[in-house]
Amino acid sequence: MESLKSNQKNKIKARFRSKRKYNDWMWAYIMIAPLMVGIMYFYFIAFFQNFFFSFTDLNAFGKWSFIGIANYVKILKDPTVWQAFKNTAFFTIVSVPISICLALFVANLLNSKIKGRVIYRTLFFLPVVTMPAAVAMIWRWLFSGDFGIINYFLKMISIEGPSWLNDPKYAIFTVIIVAIWSSVGYNMVLFLAGLQGISPTYYEAATIDGANSFTIFFKITLPLLTPTIFFVLIISLISTFQVFDLILMMITDTSVALEQTQSIVYLFYKNAFVYGDRGYATAISIILFFVILIVTIAQIKYHSKWVTYDV
Amino acid sequence: MKNKNSFFSGKFIIYLILSLGAIIMVIPFIWMILTSIKTFGETTQMPPIIFPHIPQWKNYSEVLRLFPFGSFYLNTVISTVCKVFGQLVFCSTAAYAFARIEFPAKNIIFLALLSILMVPSQVFLIPQYRIIQQLNLLNTLPALILPGLFSAFGTFLLRQFFMTIPKELEEAALLDGCNHFQIYYKIMLPLIKPGLIALGILTALWSWNDLLWPLIINSSPDKLTLSAGLAFMQGQYTTNYALLMAGSILAIWPMILLFIVLQNYFIEGIALTGTKA
Repeated sequence: MESLKSNQKNKIKARFRSKRKYNDWMWAYIMIAPLMVGIMYFYFIAFFQNFFFSFTDLNAFGKWSFIGIANYVKILKDPTVWQAFKNTAFFTIVSVPISICLALFVANLLNSKIKGRVIYRTLFFLPVVTMPAAVAMIWRWLFSGDFGIINYFLKMISIEGPSWLNDPKYAIFTVIIVAIWSSVGYNMVLFLAGLQGISPTYYEAATIDGANSFTIFFKITLPLLTPTIFFVLIISLISTFQVFDLILMMITDTSVALEQTQSIVYLFYKNAFVYGDRGYATAISIILFFVILIVTIAQIKYHSKWVTYDV
Repeated sequence: MKNKNSFFSGKFIIYLILSLGAIIMVIPFIWMILTSIKTFGETTQMPPIIFPHIPQWKNYSEVLRLFPFGSFYLNTVISTVCKVFGQLVFCSTAAYAFARIEFPAKNIIFLALLSILMVPSQVFLIPQYRIIQQLNLLNTLPALILPGLFSAFGTFLLRQFFMTIPKELEEAALLDGCNHFQIYYKIMLPLIKPGLIALGILTALWSWNDLLWPLIINSSPDKLTLSAGLAFMQGQYTTNYALLMAGSILAIWPMILLFIVLQNYFIEGIALTGTKA
């Protein structure tokens, strides 16, 4: 009798539960539907279409025919693409570490007890909220060979400044300087947040033990900040590898330094929307995708070697 | 950190280094403002003069006369507002479902969504262009907005916020007969306000400054955004820096003003992406 009753109860409970379950499902699908339809249309299908078009000779008018791996063979034989990959890799390898080190340095200074922290933070962050197209224009003007103020200052200490953006030797360094200038503030804010997450007890203990500030930075701050450094490194590498705005706006079409500075996304843009060779451009984008994927996976795989998680 | 133990002996050096850095950050802006009110002749003078003889405020009216800045502003503001609003609605509803409801195929769908984060945006660009073309929307305002309404990143970010809310809250509401949409709208949304603000600010910043998409999708001058408008302007007046600087200032001041007014939200928003992701 007892068991029968509880059986009945369980059945009612189960029915209630399954009713709620179906209700849950319905709401879940309704709530993800608008996003997923858009994502499906503009991202999932687009991804596979892009992959498909990399095996065609899609042109600006939307006409295409299947050409197998011809685009990829062309990439292998195209010195411009190789050069663009070299430029992009060089750009990334130089600018990302410098930007991260500077940001780390500034964040540490700002984290000490000083007056006017907010003002300094604001000024360092200003370039981050300024559109890259305008940033590029400002610096193109500052670095102008004939009338630029930078060359004027160099002249005052009797250095004859080059025509920065038109000289294949200097152009990429010029763009790197601008990239660092505009990214330090962003990384600094992330590091400041990371620094504030470190418990003050570590510092108190170290101070009692008589550790100097140098030791404190390298033995406490830096190890505890490695998760943040890792995050900043990953997003910086990914975004820097896709540099486009600065190159487009700073290096003119006719610049003799174009060959030595153009990035992979710039080349993608040129092929797709200036030359109208869309099939070739999609193949370039696929290669870019794999390069970024491999670099990111390598980062994640080896991060346990140097990233410490709080104990 | 205690002062005597701070990384660098003496506060003086800290102030010196920070001030030097701040000057490097600010000088380009000051030079931009000064250049924007010089005559063309004054910009090409050597040695350069710091202040213009007579401030040429008419450079601004000249830029406004030569280029459809009214349309640039309108297109940029409308597309930014739409993208912010669209992402907040679409991402937050989906993020709620992914964080708080169990449903079939949830993990697979979410994983697929996350995989988009690994793909550089250029990979989607040509197919997206073709979609806009097939919809007959090239050179229109909706073309600027459409793909930017949906964001995998935004969904991921907001899901992290929804995950932190205790389970008891919705259990009680469900027993009271609320449905999931009511729980999402009335209980959860107010609780993840910091996340919504962070996503809103990041989306606004990204939308305002984005160059590649508006550049390829729209070509007639009155359909450009401010950043694409600057690129267009530079193509026409390559070396007239007085006009170019005036145009740049016209393009960047609204975002800078917004940043100064909502500073803490900007900083917290960026910081949150670091700690939540």
